[in-house]
Amino acid sequence: MELDVMKKKNRKFMLFWIALIGITGFFMVITKYDPIKSFTSIPKAIVWTLTNFYPNSNSIEKLPSILSKLKETIFLSIAATTTASAFALLFGLFGSKTTKINNLLGVLSRTIASIFRNIPIVAWAMILLFSFGQNALTGYFALFFVTFGFLTRAFIETIDEASYESVEALRATGATYFQIVFQGVIPSSIPQIISWVLFMTETNIRSSTLVGILTGTGVGFVFNIYYKSMDYNSASLVVISIILTVFAIEITSNYIRRVIL
Amino acid sequence: MELSQSKINVTTHYDEYIKKTKYGKIKTKAFNLSNIIINITIISLILLTVYGFISFDYKDLNLFNAIYETFTNIKTMFLSPSISHFTLTDALYQVLITIGLAFLTTLFGSIIAIILGLFAAKNLSSERVSNSIKGFVAFVRAVPTVLWVLIFAVAAGLGSVAAVIGMTFHTIGYLIKAYSESFEEIDEGVIEALKASGANWWQIIFQAVLPSSLTYILSWTFMRFEINFTNAVAMGAAAGAGGIGFELFMASGFYFNVHEVGFITYLILAFAMILEISSTRLKNNYIA
Repeated sequence: MELDVMKKKNRKFMLFWIALIGITGFFMVITKYDPIKSFTSIPKAIVWTLTNFYPNSNSIEKLPSILSKLKETIFLSIAATTTASAFALLFGLFGSKTTKINNLLGVLSRTIASIFRNIPIVAWAMILLFSFGQNALTGYFALFFVTFGFLTRAFIETIDEASYESVEALRATGATYFQIVFQGVIPSSIPQIISWVLFMTETNIRSSTLVGILTGTGVGFVFNIYYKSMDYNSASLVVISIILTVFAIEITSNYIRRVIL
Repeated sequence: MELSQSKINVTTHYDEYIKKTKYGKIKTKAFNLSNIIINITIISLILLTVYGFISFDYKDLNLFNAIYETFTNIKTMFLSPSISHFTLTDALYQVLITIGLAFLTTLFGSIIAIILGLFAAKNLSSERVSNSIKGFVAFVRAVPTVLWVLIFAVAAGLGSVAAVIGMTFHTIGYLIKAYSESFEEIDEGVIEALKASGANWWQIIFQAVLPSSLTYILSWTFMRFEINFTNAVAMGAAAGAGGIGFELFMASGFYFNVHEVGFITYLILAFAMILEISSTRLKNNYIA
């Protein structure tokens, strides 16, 4: 009996691995992924990075123009996150189980958020590029839509978790809907909400690099120019400045989280 | 007179515990560091946003015209999607390629991340090893995925190899953080009991650590698969990785065909939603 169970378990285990290897092989064929080439290219990439990918005196001269584009990207992601979070809070209140006004509005706001979140940022960027062109607002709206979708889901979960008891208590005292929202729900979930907003700001700096490459704006655009003209020294300076920015934002938001949560 | 006198006596008894404003009203909000930081954060985010909107280079854009045109485009996209440069079978095959890129990336990333995650967990490894891995991971995550892919593309050439390696880098960064945090949550007593019975490090890992955090590992991995699908679409468009993202880039950047963009967007949306729903199911079934 014992042995049978073990045999069955082993057989399941074997089947799982065989299936995994089969699927991996299938995908390697259709994506034309060459595993040997990938192994040989990793050391090649490391050697190349060490010998070519560092800033030199020539690239330092370009620092002011990189920094001005970086500034645009940082403000773009902060502006997109802040404005999107205001809308997401409204939709989050409608979508949450504890604060919904009626079921229809709840389902509607959840669906809208889901659509916005699941259309990839690339698609938004390409759609906006048609009429906005190479403009800061192209990146702003692309980031805004995806952030709005993501934050609505996050806020719905936050409001559901944080405030059920306090809403029940306030309702028992006869508080109106607005009193419940402003005295109970928002104060009890604000630390978590701020934490999500900070997380999204950080993520958006990275996403806006991608959007910048596609739409020709911000720091992604300068990287793309240096990269395509094979000025790798300047391109590496762009990467370093992005890393430092992300670190600075991460340290600030970790401090804020430690104090408020 | 006497009644009000007694009332005052009752309140004065508690007076020293009640904080009041200078107008004599009872304070209902406590001012502590946490509240101050929350207010500062909100105010500075709003100020930065306002400054951002003032400082953007709008390049004489006619905003209302652009918004109107975008609405028209979105309407065309979603109400009359069609394909002209490829067939439905081709499109589905391209989606399969994108899924394949996401799958390979997630698989390689999670295997490497489980091994490194064990060394990054404070309760399974030494403080120094753990901190150095976590520092390295923070660095890897700070670089956007697209830049990793483009950096690898110089050595490996544009294509699926560079895309998979570049995206795997970011996946490793993300998953090591997630895995090591779930390893750190394991009950210290279990590990201690195994150690006391003379189990070696590998036995502790395979008999206690991995089985008890398997559900977390699964749901984090699937969540990452969902992110990698979106990333694979993006890499197809921005870094020549192929798949449906590349078709999207061609349809909008080369053919300027809004109908086709609409069709591709629908296709991506459908697959992304399927992944999101299964990911949520998995999370609710195993974690909550």
